[in-house]
Formats: sequence, structure tokens, C-alpha cells
Amino acid sequence: MILFLEQLLNGLQFGVMLFLMASGLTLVFGIMNLVNLAHGSFYMIGAFVAAAIVASSGSFVLGLLGALLATAILGIAVEMLIFRVLYKRDHLEQILATFGIILFCNEAVQVIWGKTPLFFDIPAALSGSVELLPGLNYPLFRIGVIGVGIVVAIFLYLLINRTRLGMAIRAGSSDREMIAALGVNIKLLYSLVFGLGALLAALAGVMAGPILSVESGMGESILILTFVVIVIGGIGSIKGALAGAVLVGVVDTLGRAFMPELMRMALSGGAADSMGAALSSILIYLLMAVVLIFRPRGLFNASH
Amino acid sequence: MPKQSYVSNPSRFSAVSQRLLPGLCGAALVLAGSSLLSTAVAAEPVKLGMITTLSTKGGYLGEDMRDGFKLAVEQGKGSLGGIPVELLVDDDAGDPQKGKQIAERMIKSDKIDMMTGIMFSNVAMAVVPSVLKDGLFFVGANAAPAPFAGKMCNPNYFNVAYQNDNMHEAMGEYLTQQGYKSVFLIAPNYPAGKDALTGFKRFYKGEVKQEVYTKLDQSDYAALISQIRADKPDAVFYFLPGGLGVNFLKQYDQAGMKSEVKIFGPGFSFDRRLLGAVGAAAEGVMNSSEWNDDLPAAGNAEFVQAFHTAYGRYPTLYAAQAYDAANLIGSALKQVDGKLDDKDAVRKALMAADFSSVRGSFRFNTNHHPIQDIYVRQVIKLDDGSYANKTVSKVFEQHQDAYVSECKL
Amino acid sequence: MQVTKTTTLGETVALNEPLAPASSQQHGKVQVSHGTGRRWPLSRWLTLLTFAVLLALPVLLAVLDNSFLLTLVSRCMIYGIAAISLNLILGYGGMLSLGHAAFFGIGAYVVGITAQNFMYGTALMEWPFELAASNDAIVVWPVAILLSALAALLIGAISLRTSGVYFLMLTLAFAQMIYFIFVSLDQYGGDDGMNLMSRNTLLGLDLDNDLTFYYVCFGCLLLIYLLVQRLIAARFGMVLRGCKQNEQRMQAMGFPTYRYRLMAFALAGAGAGLAGALIGNQMEYVSPNLLHWKMSGELMVMVLLGGLGTLLGPLWGAFAFLLVEDVLSGITEHWMLFFGPFLILVVLFAKGGIYGYLIRKEQP
Repeated sequence: MILFLEQLLNGLQFGVMLFLMASGLTLVFGIMNLVNLAHGSFYMIGAFVAAAIVASSGSFVLGLLGALLATAILGIAVEMLIFRVLYKRDHLEQILATFGIILFCNEAVQVIWGKTPLFFDIPAALSGSVELLPGLNYPLFRIGVIGVGIVVAIFLYLLINRTRLGMAIRAGSSDREMIAALGVNIKLLYSLVFGLGALLAALAGVMAGPILSVESGMGESILILTFVVIVIGGIGSIKGALAGAVLVGVVDTLGRAFMPELMRMALSGGAADSMGAALSSILIYLLMAVVLIFRPRGLFNASH
Repeated sequence: MPKQSYVSNPSRFSAVSQRLLPGLCGAALVLAGSSLLSTAVAAEPVKLGMITTLSTKGGYLGEDMRDGFKLAVEQGKGSLGGIPVELLVDDDAGDPQKGKQIAERMIKSDKIDMMTGIMFSNVAMAVVPSVLKDGLFFVGANAAPAPFAGKMCNPNYFNVAYQNDNMHEAMGEYLTQQGYKSVFLIAPNYPAGKDALTGFKRFYKGEVKQEVYTKLDQSDYAALISQIRADKPDAVFYFLPGGLGVNFLKQYDQAGMKSEVKIFGPGFSFDRRLLGAVGAAAEGVMNSSEWNDDLPAAGNAEFVQAFHTAYGRYPTLYAAQAYDAANLIGSALKQVDGKLDDKDAVRKALMAADFSSVRGSFRFNTNHHPIQDIYVRQVIKLDDGSYANKTVSKVFEQHQDAYVSECKL
Repeated sequence: MQVTKTTTLGETVALNEPLAPASSQQHGKVQVSHGTGRRWPLSRWLTLLTFAVLLALPVLLAVLDNSFLLTLVSRCMIYGIAAISLNLILGYGGMLSLGHAAFFGIGAYVVGITAQNFMYGTALMEWPFELAASNDAIVVWPVAILLSALAALLIGAISLRTSGVYFLMLTLAFAQMIYFIFVSLDQYGGDDGMNLMSRNTLLGLDLDNDLTFYYVCFGCLLLIYLLVQRLIAARFGMVLRGCKQNEQRMQAMGFPTYRYRLMAFALAGAGAGLAGALIGNQMEYVSPNLLHWKMSGELMVMVLLGGLGTLLGPLWGAFAFLLVEDVLSGITEHWMLFFGPFLILVVLFAKGGIYGYLIRKEQP
């Protein structure tokens, strides 16, 4: 039972990480109708910049702020240089261009920081673990990640429901023509939303840095999962991103934790291990397929 | 980085221009040009092709392999064993398809005389058979999947590094010796991962609590760590190459598990470059390797020093293996005086392994894989705050792989 | 030669001609001079030139003694077949599939699995009936095509219930599932893949000879090209393109659009299956990498690079992608630093891909 609770917590924490990625991606997708494969690159760059700053300054907070600032600026710059032209293009051309950005970024970080993964440790204040329940120790940093996720979710809720910018965003994700009618400076809005998306991806990267290996190509493993999340949740919906992220995080984690054992009940030895590993990898795709078969536009559809 | 004109890296300029020229000036001109060229150049250097992984996540591995090999060539002032060589290096990006294509180019277009390198087993599986089919020698400097040591062994295939299972076997033996009664095993869900755990179990006599195969690109191991905590094994043995291992070890340490259940792994996850990325999480961990920078073998300290001077970092296992591969090739070239046409003579010269390995004692088994000692090392913190390995004990003396009996050489 | 036909849509569409590449909005504007003009349009010349060069290339390469380029061009042609088949749904059908590598991989694995069983003399399956493995391309390749088409039929039947990006993600999901299944197939090499001892035999032809194999690839390419050309020109193609523009209108006109689109999806899968069977033979090696989503992405890039919704574009795209990659990676290990921006520049400045860029020059 304790083990199950712990795995549930692991799933939740993984889901929060996915939510940080997915919220930015779904906003950009929903409002600008832009398929941005390079979202994972912002995640990677966030982790690299933070790791580099922490290594030279020794301060995690400085690294966090530096990474957020640098990535947001980079995001806005890329938006103005490349994406502005892409909004009017179809999804395929966006995929091609952002695929090019991925290749460039993956190589660029290797040229700048070398080929070895970077060192990035947990800040001293958040190291160690706490006993949540008798027998259930949980790393403090991961609890911190969950906390950050909750804060971001509340922030986005307030931003979208209580501010003028949020009103424009809401209008934009349901009806693109309406924002222009509202007298909103669309160019500025797009740049801001894109910068916000990049910033959230970088935040996810900084959160992931101390847990994962900071290396070139780290964005791709999470990118596909992020797309799965926003599609399950419904494109353009922050609520959907949250629900989808937690769902995917929990299903993936529980699948990995318990699928091999389930398989071992049915099959024997090596075959069970192989099948278990394969099935747990497949699980989230199966989940997405089932959701889309019954709800072809995701759980929470923003438009209409 | 030292600039040396004879080491062309990833040099295929000749090949590229060869391909572009026809469109520009037509066939006749090229033919005339090439015949002119061939008369101008007197002694052709021996062309060595190296396929390795320089880009993508595994890039640092290939970088060390390339640099280790290059160091030997540079020390010989552009020659190995006194025979001038030209080294062509190309990046397979960890993709078997790409590796295969490069091999085709090196053989058919660049007309290399011998091939070496290859970081990953799947690339080796794709590339090696076709290289051998074309009658070339292949001297492997890392990847050594089981078939090449057993059923698919070949008179023209040599591997200087090890057989894939060796390090895991050593760890299995070590844990048995140390009296660990139960163990939790982890490897990625791919053939090298399965071979790793098979190798470990070949020598481990205690109870295997669980054997978990993770997704190939798994990055979050929280679920797995919770499982280990619940299972309460005596020890954990894991084989997760490159960044995967970094992820796992960091998370294992963060969960406070390092003091609860001792963890062991093969040397792949503990080379000095990765230790830089893992930091304190690795301190004290025991791991196995056939080489270490503190081994007393003749020439080892000099190699470590020379590598550090040339590239500004300390060599890894992969650099040492490539350095040995270069010197092995050098010894053979010397013996046959650079003439590679007599295959039997080359094979005999390679088999003799008449070179001084930085590992110390080294000879080839009948299946052309090494018979060598394997050590257990411990990760320690150095005075300058960086981390390195200290050799603790010798687990295997003159160890040979498990597949040699399947090989009909 | 140039024919125009008034379709049921009431639109005049020039057959054998690319529609306005990439952007469907321009549809209908592209009217190439025909009938009266004796001059062949540029696109016709380009097609002829492309195939003539491919036909004659081995002779030139023999003179140059460059057998590597022969295998490289074979590879390009094989990827060209895969890209042309993808373009059928992507360019003409407007279906954003990111799972095309699955069918490519299935085709290759049919070749690999039969080859391994043939080599060891084991049966392909023992239940419900024993099936012996064959090494003859005349048996193996059609099976590869058929199984790929069947997989496409199943995946398409489910995925086509959605559209746009949701369709993209569903096709990706199914492709990933198939990928992970092949990764866990231990008896067929898992992630290491498997080696073929030799290529298939084809009606007494020695496919191990690179030149013979080259012309077999050429023949397959020409066949697929002509098939797609005919298909697009036929009523089937009209309906397919009509669905891309406005599916509801096609439905209102009484076309069972779902069935048409599913058919196209299955046909594209069949084409990819053939390409997969060829690549398995060419490389004499098969691995799950062929099914990875990055391969789907690369195929997509090839189509776009060459020219979406054009007949010749995808073939050129495959050549451009593979050759640029090959040359760049030969110059520097940091080749992706240049390849990435190259793709971006193509999108930004060469709208409609290489082919679209060229063809537009002719048309004011």
C-alpha cells in the first residue's frame, strides 16, 4: 500500500513536470495555431544555462532566474525572427522549420558546452528527504517540484481568468478573429505568449536539471510525451494540459512500476520481462488512442 | 587541440570533391587528373577508417575514442609502427543505417585498407559483417556483441576492448565474493542490456530479487527506486550507459538510497567525464573495468599524461581502448612492413598482439577477443574536488569470455 | 499529351501537373498551357530529365569507378519511393501522418524475418499451419507490401476518425506502439536489429550485384511514380484532392470520403512497404530505427523539401535530404549546425520546396 502511494506520488511529480512543458506548448498551439517541435529545445537550453550559471556562481536561485530570463528572451527573439512568418503557414511547414531548430540547438549546446553531460546538483536547501508517512520517505526536491507545479497552475489560472492579457488569450484560443476586434496588439500578444511558453519550458528544464542528466537531445524524450499530454487534454486548454499531464504521468509511472509484475503472473521468465517493458512503453500511446477514439478533440476542447 | 595535417578529421574532402567534380568538368578530365595524381604521390600511407559516434547523446564517447587513437598516431608523427597512416574519422550519430552508409563510402570510395572504432553494438551489428564480406580487417575498439565472439566469429575480426559481458561478469563474481545474498538488477530493454544481466548472473551465486528492463530512453527512475526500496535487496547492480546512468545514480542518491542499499555497476557509468556530471552521488561506488588510469602497466602513466597534455582532459576507458587499438594495428603494420595484401601474415601479426597495452597483460583468445585481467575500482574524491577511480582489487585473472567455445576458429 | 478534364467538382484541373505546391489555396490558379501549345511544360522536361539521368548514371559512375555513389543513389531512390507514397496522403490527401515509418519498417522486417528463418531453415510460423520461409523477392516483397497495406488499413481506419493534429498524433501513437513491439522482439535482434546474410533473389537476378540492384530500385521507382501519376489523374485522385479542400462538400456530393481517404492511406502504406523491403535488401540489415518517429519525421521533411503535393518533388526531396546530409557530415562533425538552418531557410524562402521554387519561375 505504501509502495502504491509512493508510486502515485512519483506519477504526480512526473505529471507536474509534464504540465510545465505542456502548458506553454498548448498556449502557443491554441492561440497562434503553431506546432512548435522546438519547445523541447527551450527545455534543454533552460537546463544548460542554469547548470552553467550554478557551476560558476554556486547559487541555484541565480541559475534559475538567469535561465528563465535567457530562455524567455531567446524565445521572443526566435518568435520575431522565424515564427512570425510561420503563423500563416500550414502545420507541415511549421514542423519542418521547427525540426530544423531542434537539430541546430542540439548541436549548438554541444559546441558551446562540450559533449559531456553537465553537472547540476540539487540546491543544498532542498537536498535530502522527508518522511511523509511512516515508511514513506520522499525526496524534498521532488516535493519542491510538485509545489512549483501547483504555483504555476494557480498563476496561470489567475493570469487567464483575472487579467486583461488573460482575456485576450482566452479570446485568442477560441476565436482568433475576435482578438483583433478587441483592439489587442496581436504582434505583441503573440510575442508575449511565446515568451511565456519558452519561460515555462525553461522552468521545467531547471526543475529537471538536478534530477536528470543535462545533455544534448534531452528535450526530445519529453517533447513527444508533452504532445501526447496536450492532445489528450485538448489543444489550447490549460485545464486540459493539467488533467492530461497528471493522467499521463500517473499512468506511465504505474505502468512501469506494476506492468512487469502483472506480466510475470501470465508469462514466464524472460518473455514476461520483455513483454512487460514493451507494454509499459506502449501504455501512454494506448491511452491517447483510446481517448481520441472516444473524444476526437481531447478531454477539454478550448475552441467552441 | 593539436593540429596535424596527416590526421584528416572527419576528412572526406577528397571524396566530396570526387563526387562534385564530374558535374563540373566531365569524366575524361577526372581520369586524367587522377592518373597524374597517382604518379605524383610516391608512398601511399595506409588508410585507416574509423566509424564512431561524435554527435548526439553518445558524442563524448566517440570523441574519446577518436582522440585516444589520434594520440597514438601523433606520437608516431603520423605513423603507426613506423608505417605512415592516414586516419579517416566519421560520425555515425549512433544510427546503424548511417554507420552502414559510411562504411560503404570508406570502402568503395575512399578505399580504406582497414577499419576500426564503433562505439555501439547495434552499429557494429550493421557495419561489421559487410566490412568483413569485402575482405577487410576490422579491429574493434569498443562494441563487442556476443555473436561476434561466438557463432559469427571471423578470422578478420579482432576486438581489442573486451567482450560486452566481461565487466558485468566481474561484478557478479565480486558480489559473490563479498557475500551479498540478494541483488536487484537493472538494464535497458535491448540486447546489450540483456547480455549484461546474463553475464552478471553467470558469476553471481546469490538470489536475484528482480530483474527490471527499462525503456531505452527512460529518464525518470523514481518508480524503479521505490520498487527497490520496497524489495529490500542486499545490493543493486545496474547497467545504464551514458546519460541514463547519470539520471539513475543522481536520483538514487537523492532518494537517500545510497546508504540503504549498496549500488554497483560496470565501469561504463563511472568514467571521469561522466563522474564530472554525476558528482558526489557517485562517491564510494564500486565498479568494474579492465583499465584504470592508476594501473601500474608500463606506459600507462605516460599515456594518461600525454592525453591530458594534448586534449586538456583525462582519458576514459574508451580513449585507452582506442589507444591500444592503434598500437595493436601499429605492431601488425610493422611486422608486415605496411603490406596488407598478404591476409594470413596480417592476421598472424594482429593475433600476436605484440604491443605494450596500457592495461598490462594482454593476449588474444582463439575467437580474437582479449584474455585479460579485470579489476574492481572505487570512486574517490581528489584533492582538487574532482572525482576519479582508485583500483581496489583484481577480480579476474586472465579472464576469457563465455562464447569462445561457440567460435570455430 | 496534356489533358484537362472537367471534374464533377466543376473545376478544371490540369492532369499530370502539380497543383500549386504546398498551399492549397492557390488551387485552380495553376493552369499550364496545354492542348494548343506544342511546347512541353517545364515539369514534363524535368520528369524526363530526372529519370533519364537516373537511367544513365550507372554508366557514368562505371567510368568514374565510383561504386559508392551507386549505392548512395540506390538508397536515395528507395527513400524517394517512401516519400512519394507519403506524399499521396500528405500532399494530395491533406492527411498529416507522422507514422509512415511504421509501414516502411514493417516492409523491411518482413524481409528480415523471412531471411533469418530461411537462413536457419526454420518455419515462419507453425500454427495454425506451417509456413516455410522463402528467399525469393517475388514472394517476399508482395507479402511485405500486403502486410504494410494491411497495417495501414487498420491504423487508418481508427485514425481517420480524427483530423489535423489529432490525426498526426494518433498515427504517431500507433507507429510508436509498433516500434516498441519490434524493440522487444528478442528473437529478431531487438534494438540491435538483424543482419541479412545476403539479398533476396529475384527471378534469377543476382541482387547482390549493386548494379542489378540499382536497376531493380529504378524499376520500382518508375512503377510507383507512374502508378501515383495515374491514380492522381483518375477519379480517385480528384476525390482525394477534393477531400483535402473541403471534405464536407465532397460528402454532400455523395462521395464516401472516409472510404476514399482510407484507401489512399492503405495504398501509401503499401508503397512504404515496398520501399521498406528494398531498404532491407539494400542495407542487408534491419533494425527498429527504421520505425522510429524520427524516420517518419525525416520522410515528412523529404516531401516538404522537394515539394508537397507534386509528383516529382518528394523524389527530389529524398535526394536533396540524403545528399546534403552526406556532404555536410563529411565536411564537419557539427553538420547539424548547418543542416538545421538549411531546413529553416527552405521553409522561409523556398515556399513549395525545391520543385515548387523551380516550377514557379516558369509560371508568372
